[in-house]
Amino acid sequence: MIAYMVRRVLLAILTIWAITVLSFLIIQLPPGDFVTAYIATMSAGGSGITEGEAQALREQYGLDQPFHVQYLKWMGLIAQGNFGMAIEWGRPVLDVIGDRLVLTIVISLAAIVFTWTLALPIGIYSAVKRYSFLDYIFTFLGFIGLAIPGFMLALIVMYIGFAYFGASVGGLFSADYAEAPWSMERVWDLIKHLPVPAIVLGVAGTAQMIRIMRSNLLDELRKPYVMTARARGLSETRVIMKYPVRVALNPFISTIGYLLPYVVSGSIIVSLVLSLPTVGPLLLKSLIAQDMFLAGTIVLMLGVLTVIGTLISDLLLMWVDPRIRLGRQ
Amino acid sequence: MAEPTLAQEPLTTTAAEEQIAIATQWQLMWWRFRKHRLAMIGTLVLAIFYLMVISADFLAYVDPNESEAMRSLMTPQPIHWFAEGKFAPYVHPLKGTRDPKTFKRVYVADLDTKVPMKFFAPGFSYKLFGIFPTDIHLIAVEGAKPEESLFILGTDLQGRDLWSRLMYGTQMSLTIGLVSVALSLLLGVALGGVSGYYGGILDTVIQRIIEILRSIPTIPLWMGLTAALPNDWSVMQVYFAITIIISLIGWTELARVVRGRFLSLRQEDFVMAAELLGCGKARVIFRHMVPSFISHIIAATTLAIPAMIISETSLSFLGLGLRPPAISWGVLLQDAQNIQSLAISPWLLTPVIPVIVAVLAFNFMGDGLRDAADPYG
Repeated sequence: MIAYMVRRVLLAILTIWAITVLSFLIIQLPPGDFVTAYIATMSAGGSGITEGEAQALREQYGLDQPFHVQYLKWMGLIAQGNFGMAIEWGRPVLDVIGDRLVLTIVISLAAIVFTWTLALPIGIYSAVKRYSFLDYIFTFLGFIGLAIPGFMLALIVMYIGFAYFGASVGGLFSADYAEAPWSMERVWDLIKHLPVPAIVLGVAGTAQMIRIMRSNLLDELRKPYVMTARARGLSETRVIMKYPVRVALNPFISTIGYLLPYVVSGSIIVSLVLSLPTVGPLLLKSLIAQDMFLAGTIVLMLGVLTVIGTLISDLLLMWVDPRIRLGRQ
Repeated sequence: MAEPTLAQEPLTTTAAEEQIAIATQWQLMWWRFRKHRLAMIGTLVLAIFYLMVISADFLAYVDPNESEAMRSLMTPQPIHWFAEGKFAPYVHPLKGTRDPKTFKRVYVADLDTKVPMKFFAPGFSYKLFGIFPTDIHLIAVEGAKPEESLFILGTDLQGRDLWSRLMYGTQMSLTIGLVSVALSLLLGVALGGVSGYYGGILDTVIQRIIEILRSIPTIPLWMGLTAALPNDWSVMQVYFAITIIISLIGWTELARVVRGRFLSLRQEDFVMAAELLGCGKARVIFRHMVPSFISHIIAATTLAIPAMIISETSLSFLGLGLRPPAISWGVLLQDAQNIQSLAISPWLLTPVIPVIVAVLAFNFMGDGLRDAADPYG
C-alpha cells in the first residue's frame, strides 16, 4: 500500500515537472523574447519603458542565458508566487486569472458529477436488461454522444436554445451577478447556470462510462457466485447490487483519472462557444496576442490541477479497492 | 464463429468446414467482419467520403475562394427536380435586396424564371486527380454562370459557396486525419515495440512518458504549440506542422496496444521456437510476430483516426489550426462561432453533419475490425 502511494506521488511529481517544462517551452516558442513584446505593447499604449527598466527585466528572467538557466529562473520566480505580467492587461498574471480558474474546476467537476449520476444507473440497466429496447437506444445514443465533439454539441445546443426557446444558454451568471462579489446569491445563480455546460461537457464521457460499466457488469454477472446468490433465493435487486455492481465499479473509478484531463481539455473550447468566464477564452486571447506569461501560466495551472485531481482519484481507488490496498500489482 | 450455425445444415457441413479449415487468417477475418453490419455500413460511408476526397474538384461547382459581397449569406436554395412532369431539375434565381427596416440583405426567389441544371457539364477548369486537365463538373447550370445562380447549401459571409467549400474542406480534414495517424503509428509502433520487446528500464521510461502525456489536458497544450506557428507560413507548412503536433501527443494509445501485443506474444511457443532456431531479432519481429498482430494494429489505428479529425477540427475552429485560405471542416465552422451568426444564418452549421457522420463511420468500422482482428478467438 505504501509502495503504491509512493509510486503514485512520485509519478505525479514527475508529471508536474514535465508540465512545467512544456509550459515554459510554450512561453519560449514565439519568435523574439517577451521583453521586446512588452516594450512594443507599452509604447503602443503610450507609456514608454526606459532602457534601464528593459535591461532589468531581461536580467530578472535571464534572457541572454541558455534555456535551462532561463527555465530555472522562471521556476524560482514561480516558487515566490511571481508568475510574471500579463502584458496585454498590464497586471500581474494571477490578478487576471482570478477566479476564472476556480470556475474552470467547478465546471469540470460538475461535468464529472453529471457523467457519474447518469452513467451509473444506465450502465447497470443496460447490463441487466441486455439487448432490450432501451439498451439498444442507450447504445445508439452513446455512439452519437461519442462522435460529437463538445464544441459542436455546444453550438447545436446554443442554436436550439435560441431558435426554439428564444433564450441564450451561454454564460455562467445572469447579468446581475456577473461582476458582483461572491455571495450566497451569486453561488446559487452559478448553480442554476451550471447544468447546460456540465451536460455539454459530460456527454462524451457519459457515453464512454456507460459502455465501460455495461461490459464490466456483464462480465461480473456471468460468474458462478451470482448464480449461487440467485439459487439461494436472494431478491434480484440484492443479487445485483450487493456484489457485482460493487466489483464492476472499481475500473469505473480508475477511469476518472483519464476522464479529468479530457474534461478539462474540453472545457476550454466549450467555454469559448458558450462564453463561460473560465480560463478558456483567456487562454485563446493570450495566445493570439502572444501574451506568453499569461498563456504559459494557464497551461501550467490546468496541467497541475489535473494531475492533482488524478492523484486524488487514484488514492480514492486505493481506498475502495482492497486488491490495490493490499498490494497486488 | 461460423461453425455452429453451419452445423445445422448437414448437407453443406463438410464443404463449409473444409473451407473454414483451409481459409487463411485474412479470409477468416473478412468473414467475421462481414457479419458486423454497422461496420460494413461504416466502411461503405467511408468509401464514399474518400471518393469525395479524390474528386472534390469534380463535385464542387465553383471556385471555393471566389467571394462576392453581393452574394453574402444567401440561404440554401431548393432544387426543383421535375418540370412539367418530366425529370428536368432547375432552380429559381435569387435576387438580393435590402430590407428597408432592418437593413439586412434578403434574397427573394424569382419564381418566373427557371435556370435549368445540367450534370457532367463544364465549369471552372482544374486537374482531375491532379493529373488530367478538364473542366467537367458533376453539376452546372445552363445559360448562366454557376457562381451567380447555384447555391445548394447557401453562401457564407463573404458570398462563397458553401457546397463547394464543404467539398474542399472534406478533402483537407479527411487527409489530415490520415497523415497524422500515419505519423502517430510510426511513433507508436517504434516506441511501443521497443517497450514491449526489450522490457526493463527502457520499458519503464516509455511507460512513464505515456502516463505523463495521458494525464495532461491536450487542448491547452495543442493551443500553446500551434499558436507559435509563424504567421507567414504557407498552407502546406502549417498543414504538416499541425499533423506533427497532433501526432506527437496522440501516439500513446497506439503504443499501448503494440506493447501489449508484444508482451503477450513473447510468451508464445512459436516465438521461442524461432529464437531457438537462430533467427535474428529483426526476423523474429517482422516475420513471426508482426503478422500475428498486424490486424490489431489496423483496428487500433482506425479507432485513432476520428480523434485526430476532431483535434484538427477543434484547433481550426479556434483559429489556431489551419488558417484561411486553407479550407477544412474546422475552418468552415469558425463562421458559425457565435450566436448572432447562427441566428441569422443557421446553414453555416452544415459542416457539423459530415464531421459527425465521418467520426461515427470510423468508430463503427474500427469496432468491427477490432472484433474481427482475432479470428481464432
